[in-house]
Amino acid sequence: MTEAPSATCELGAPGPAGSREAVFTGAWRIDTVRFSRPDPAAPDAWTGCRRLILKDGGITAWDSSLVVYLRQLAASAHAAGVELDDTALPEGVRRLLRLADAVPERKGARRGKQSDPWLARVGIRAQRGWADLVSSIRFVGELTLAFVAMLRGRARYRKSDLRAVFHECGPGALPIVSLISLLVGMILAFLGSVQLRMFGAEVFIANGVAVGMVREMGALMTGIIMAGRTGAAFAARLGTMQVNEEVDALQTMGFSPMEFLVLPRALALIVMMPLLAIYANVMGILGGALVGVLMLDLTAIQYYQQTIGALSLQSIMAGLIKASVFGVLIAISGCMQGIRCGRSALAVGEATTAAVVNAIVYIVVATSTISIIYVLTGF
Amino acid sequence: MSDAHVQIDNLTMAFGDFLIQRDLTFTINRSDIFIIMGGSGCGKSTLLRPLVGLKSPARGTIRYNGVSFWEAPEPERAKLMQKIGILYQSGALWSSMTLAENIAIPLEAYTALSPADIREVVALKLALVGLAGFEDYYPSEISGGMRKRAGLARAMALDPDILYFDEPSAGLDPISAKLLDDLILELRDSLGSTIVVVTHELASIFAIGNNSVFLDPETKTMIAQGDPNQLLASCDDPKVQKFLRRGVEEGA
Repeated sequence: MTEAPSATCELGAPGPAGSREAVFTGAWRIDTVRFSRPDPAAPDAWTGCRRLILKDGGITAWDSSLVVYLRQLAASAHAAGVELDDTALPEGVRRLLRLADAVPERKGARRGKQSDPWLARVGIRAQRGWADLVSSIRFVGELTLAFVAMLRGRARYRKSDLRAVFHECGPGALPIVSLISLLVGMILAFLGSVQLRMFGAEVFIANGVAVGMVREMGALMTGIIMAGRTGAAFAARLGTMQVNEEVDALQTMGFSPMEFLVLPRALALIVMMPLLAIYANVMGILGGALVGVLMLDLTAIQYYQQTIGALSLQSIMAGLIKASVFGVLIAISGCMQGIRCGRSALAVGEATTAAVVNAIVYIVVATSTISIIYVLTGF
Repeated sequence: MSDAHVQIDNLTMAFGDFLIQRDLTFTINRSDIFIIMGGSGCGKSTLLRPLVGLKSPARGTIRYNGVSFWEAPEPERAKLMQKIGILYQSGALWSSMTLAENIAIPLEAYTALSPADIREVVALKLALVGLAGFEDYYPSEISGGMRKRAGLARAMALDPDILYFDEPSAGLDPISAKLLDDLILELRDSLGSTIVVVTHELASIFAIGNNSVFLDPETKTMIAQGDPNQLLASCDDPKVQKFLRRGVEEGA
């Protein structure tokens, strides 16, 4: 800054009867002022002073920067028992000072950013974890009841909503599922070719890709795509409805949010997930075939026959069971986070993150568990 | 006294082909409390968007202190916008930040104040709106009326030359609404700011407004302007009279 300090306050020498003058000059502008002025809290500032007269020595402009400084000065003077005379200040400044003191601080309102001791934090976490668990179980129970109501034809939801959600979960997801599955199929074929080439058994790549996609990768990749795509959308949508009190409005009109909002979404995912998984399997096998035919000199007929030979209805069912389970898990974590969401933008973000993270964790844990069960039962 | 602060010339607002208001021409003078009024759906709140820099108008010019707002290059417009404070309808406080952080954000970005000085300024702004001591509260922890006042404290953070209020009394009880009106008057008188209020609250209109413009949703343009009290006394337009008399026809 090339200008001299634009705003000044000069304390005069102590005058008769312990009175002292403070003269304010210059432009007190919040965007330029550097607050270069005597420190109101200096220890010797108030010795021998009983009355401070505030004077306007040519204030060219002022805003809250001046008021802030005056308040600091007043607080410090007040603590030292010094009387303040502000009658010579601009009228607006005095009015603002009065306005700032008009509503006294409410008792007990102020609080610091206190943090609890370690043990208390652990306790709070544990309590919260327990409450989460209970409410999850309740959510699953309510969802089950909603399904029962639907089967009896008593659930209330809009058919047009159901159609829209089905479209969103099914056809709407086809492009991304195609792309990812095709690439996964190609990757499986590449990986297999490196190993099998050592034995001259490239033709078995078809078997590897087919079984790998159908039993595991088709369902798993579809599940992860749908968790990120649809689970997140459910949580964000229901969370925003919660913020806007739309969920409350449903409830007070006698609609159960569980039947009206969650049921169609859960239903759509449970129905669509196996269908998408079948589609993903086809795309994956196609990807494997592309690699096999174009890069490994297998013929299309050969690849087809190997694939047919490798697949059994049992393998296909094994994958589809997994896909259905993933659908339930994605629907539950997405909708539960959305319904439980707090009333702010922050909460919607947290709900969406939690929906995706939980769904992916559930999916991976579920696929491991189901695979172990398959091994143990020889399915 | 009556030098022009904002001049609006032939302003037309539209969403695509859908016309909202056309040919608005009026002037907001310095230290005015200017009311933008009209029935629901007439485009009152939409008119704020070009005025505060959220959406460029379909046609027409807006001049702040003679500088054309929408023809100015981006950095200059940004500078003009720093001199504008806006209180949104429900406060629009950032929910992930405390009240103090909400108010400190513009101060940190646009002033050279030290963190200690910023704390002092924040304390003053909260005290001015009657929220002394609420620095560390989150918006979700206070009532709607308090959120609105905190929003006002944030709008005033940089000591703007002009303050826009979008429906300030919506959702407030009559006493809080009256207190907010008093606060608006007090801020105008002490800081000398220009104040623009979008409202259809008759009590507020007559209590604080000294100039106004009336937007009509049917003809999609302004049909009256001037001091609302004088409009009530002397405006001939039956729509304006009906509005200012709460739907009671004159002479009925």
